[in-house]
Amino acid sequence: MTGVDVRRMFRWGLIAGGVMTFTAAVGMLEAFEDRLLIYPVLSLGYLLLLWFVPLAGYQSTNVAVLEGMEAPPKGLHNVVAGALSGLLGGLVLAVFAVIIDTFDLRDVFVPFSVKLAGLLTYGTGVPDGLPYTVLVPAALGLVGGLMHLPSPSGRRRVILAVEWVVVVALLEQVFSQILRRIGLEVVADRVFTLKALEWWAALVVVLLVGAIAERTRGGMGRIRERLFAGDPRQRTRNSVWMAIVVLVFLILIPQVLGSLLSEVLANVGLFLLMGLGLNIVVGLAGMLDLGYVAFFAVGAYTVGVLTSPISPRFAFEWSWWAALPVAILMSALAGLLVGTPVIRMRGDYLAIVTLGFGEIVRILFLSDWLSPTFGGAQGVQNIPGIPLGFTEVSGVGPEGVLYFALFFVMLAAWISWSLQESRIGRAWTALREDETVAEAMGINIVRAKLNAFIVGAILAGFAGALFAAKLGSVFPSSFELLVSIIILVVVIVGGMGNIPGVAVGAVVLIGVLGGPNLPGLLAEFAEFKLLIYGALLVFMMLRKPEGLLPSVRRSRELHADELSQDAWLDKGGAFADSAGDGRAGG
Amino acid sequence: MTSAAATPSSRRRRPGWVDSFLLVVRVAAIVLLIWGIAGTVVKGINGEGPTGEAWRDLVVAGIAQGAMYGLIALGYSMVYGVLGFINFAHGEVFMSGGMVGFFVANYLWDIRFWDTNFVLSILLVLLSSILTSTLVAVIVERVAYRPLRGAPRLIPLITSIGISFFLQYTFAGLFGVAVKNYPPPPEALRARIGFLNLAIEGTKLAVIVVAVVTMIGLYLFVEKTRTGRSIRAVAEDKEIAALMGINVDRTIVATFAVGGAMAGVAGTLWALLFRGVSFITGFLPGIKAFTAAVLGGIGNLGGAMAGGVLLGLFEGVGPQLVLAGFGIPGVSQLKDVVAFTALVLVLIFKPSGLFGERLSAEDRA
Repeated sequence: MTGVDVRRMFRWGLIAGGVMTFTAAVGMLEAFEDRLLIYPVLSLGYLLLLWFVPLAGYQSTNVAVLEGMEAPPKGLHNVVAGALSGLLGGLVLAVFAVIIDTFDLRDVFVPFSVKLAGLLTYGTGVPDGLPYTVLVPAALGLVGGLMHLPSPSGRRRVILAVEWVVVVALLEQVFSQILRRIGLEVVADRVFTLKALEWWAALVVVLLVGAIAERTRGGMGRIRERLFAGDPRQRTRNSVWMAIVVLVFLILIPQVLGSLLSEVLANVGLFLLMGLGLNIVVGLAGMLDLGYVAFFAVGAYTVGVLTSPISPRFAFEWSWWAALPVAILMSALAGLLVGTPVIRMRGDYLAIVTLGFGEIVRILFLSDWLSPTFGGAQGVQNIPGIPLGFTEVSGVGPEGVLYFALFFVMLAAWISWSLQESRIGRAWTALREDETVAEAMGINIVRAKLNAFIVGAILAGFAGALFAAKLGSVFPSSFELLVSIIILVVVIVGGMGNIPGVAVGAVVLIGVLGGPNLPGLLAEFAEFKLLIYGALLVFMMLRKPEGLLPSVRRSRELHADELSQDAWLDKGGAFADSAGDGRAGG
Repeated sequence: MTSAAATPSSRRRRPGWVDSFLLVVRVAAIVLLIWGIAGTVVKGINGEGPTGEAWRDLVVAGIAQGAMYGLIALGYSMVYGVLGFINFAHGEVFMSGGMVGFFVANYLWDIRFWDTNFVLSILLVLLSSILTSTLVAVIVERVAYRPLRGAPRLIPLITSIGISFFLQYTFAGLFGVAVKNYPPPPEALRARIGFLNLAIEGTKLAVIVVAVVTMIGLYLFVEKTRTGRSIRAVAEDKEIAALMGINVDRTIVATFAVGGAMAGVAGTLWALLFRGVSFITGFLPGIKAFTAAVLGGIGNLGGAMAGGVLLGLFEGVGPQLVLAGFGIPGVSQLKDVVAFTALVLVLIFKPSGLFGERLSAEDRA
């Protein structure tokens, strides 16, 4: 066969086998086997088991085509190589199934049950069903290999269609809720069976997405170009218009979604508020703060102690509005106190010390020593909602919290956007890129860093105040290190230093996967949420450190090497140009 | 000439308010420390507070736990010395050893080998623990850190946080979330043993002895063997080491393997001290071991061990000695606070550690 790198094929086959075995071994297959996605054929468990195989099949013959090189011809060999690597992965999985079936390892490995062996053979039992275990991945690898054949735009369309089917099936709750709310109950009942998409409905989605993609061929790209290109003033005006459209959309959303989804979105809002704060500290000023939750806790506890009628020491029973300035002041003070000693430290020491501060704050709130004021493990309870004259915003009515959180998110986004474009924002960027040069340019490093720290702390304190009113009680267990880490993941996955990026990160991660102790739309992921968060963090760092929606400047920094390499290649390309049409084709 | 003269003067800043603030923090820390100790001493004179035996037990427990921290700290210190980043996932490397060791111990207990032949059993557990931790450390290096050579410093740190969570919940998924209790060591080891006229619990003495022996072994390895020399050379300067014909990638793998092995030993020691392991066991000891590495001076192996013992002592004795002096109730809950405060204070007072850090110029920046 021409053009097939056998080692590459083997490698991807083994990786696919490893991913499948891992998914089955940590218990994901078994846990999600009941959750159907497409009515009679596909469950979430099998999707998680098999999703990687087509990718591996595609990758097994996917070679990077550098500028000036000619792409190897596509053909049957791609398909065969894909199928073979899928087959290899299937063999690995079959070995695993045989091991589970022959040895009783349940005492050590909790998920290694007879049921798992049955699931791996699609319900046919181990000796008889092993061909299925091998052949299903082989077929999927073949599908992955087939993806080399259509044109790039055709491939994109297929991927888009598959993505949409998965999204619609996974977020069944959202779609059926929306259909019901707008009076299409009949459709919702027909399309979704047992929380899953009917198979014919899946086909309809494929056709629909394909048709839309066909009609708007490249249209989205052109719209984006028109929105974000052009002179700065035009761009600002476009951004304002977009913001208004998004705003109207967001105001209408709770009316359509109902209270459960509003609750989820309210949580997204809270985390987005914190994410915007951490974005200033990490994304703009470049300081890795792992104890960010401390400021959140300070805000929440201040409000709790000041407003609750049964707060352990003082029962001031202030209104939320009166407590808010105090909460902001306290978190700013905490930011100053934590920030000052760490300001001169190396970046990684700063990370660990802030982590230490975060833990100190949590343990102190939990301790017997301070329990006369903060209530120890019981925390502060009976925190009243936010009085708004005609109504009260509290956890009972998540729509209210959502509107409230939205308002403050807008405010915070506006503040951080104007800070970013101001003198101080430029100072942050400068010191993130090179401290010594920034100092030489006359930037007061200590002041700039402290400013970032305090602004971040204030936003977190704010989110804390909102959180206390929403939940009605604050406990130390709400302020674990995990919260800091999850906010960090939100900022990183979304795109450090970019406000829309953080918003996307918060919606995708907090909304869909769920935050710490807060279920998202996929509540069933609870046990594996952090596994996925960890894997996502590693994947993003290895492949796309600038995030899903990167800020242009940040991504240029992170890919500085590659850019210079490209520049070098461009020079090489220039030579190729003079020799023939090396680049003109691409 | 001029540049050499300019460097120190550019380092010297005009003292600003931050310096005054740090001065206040330093003075306050010292005053509070003395005040607290004085309070405890006064209590002691009045016949309140812990007795002499209780103090001795606190000190011994502190040293034993500190020796374990020291072993974990070696891994942080070596990796930081060679690659210049905090391997946040090292705590999970330690946990993985303790976790797999449990299943070996449990099996030996089931076949009644544990009672009859305890020394051999614990050696088998130790071996499995070391093998697991080494394997995990090496795999993590290969999969996650090698592609990141030369990335900005915070990128591998964030990656290692991700790895840390990934490993934790992988272990939770594979082995379940319940705490697993090692079988009890035999009666003879749990009894108090007379040592230098002090009756010390046998397990704690064993932990200290094992840690010391391991440390000596590591010292010989790093100072006398070829691999040890290349580790030191790579820590000094990667490029020049490569020019001298050292395979840098292989040396880095060796560093991770040695650090992992030390963490594996620590996993077994944890089992001897506390008996219970679970998937989150690695987290706090990991952070504290990093504290110990910083305390002793990062990159400095003897310092890491000494830092571990010191941190164990702070944590074991500190709450009773300092905090109880203020009449704070429930001081034993605050031992983590003491450990983290120690970290903060060390980094404020002496960021290069008590015994001096040994880093290449690029890592120090």
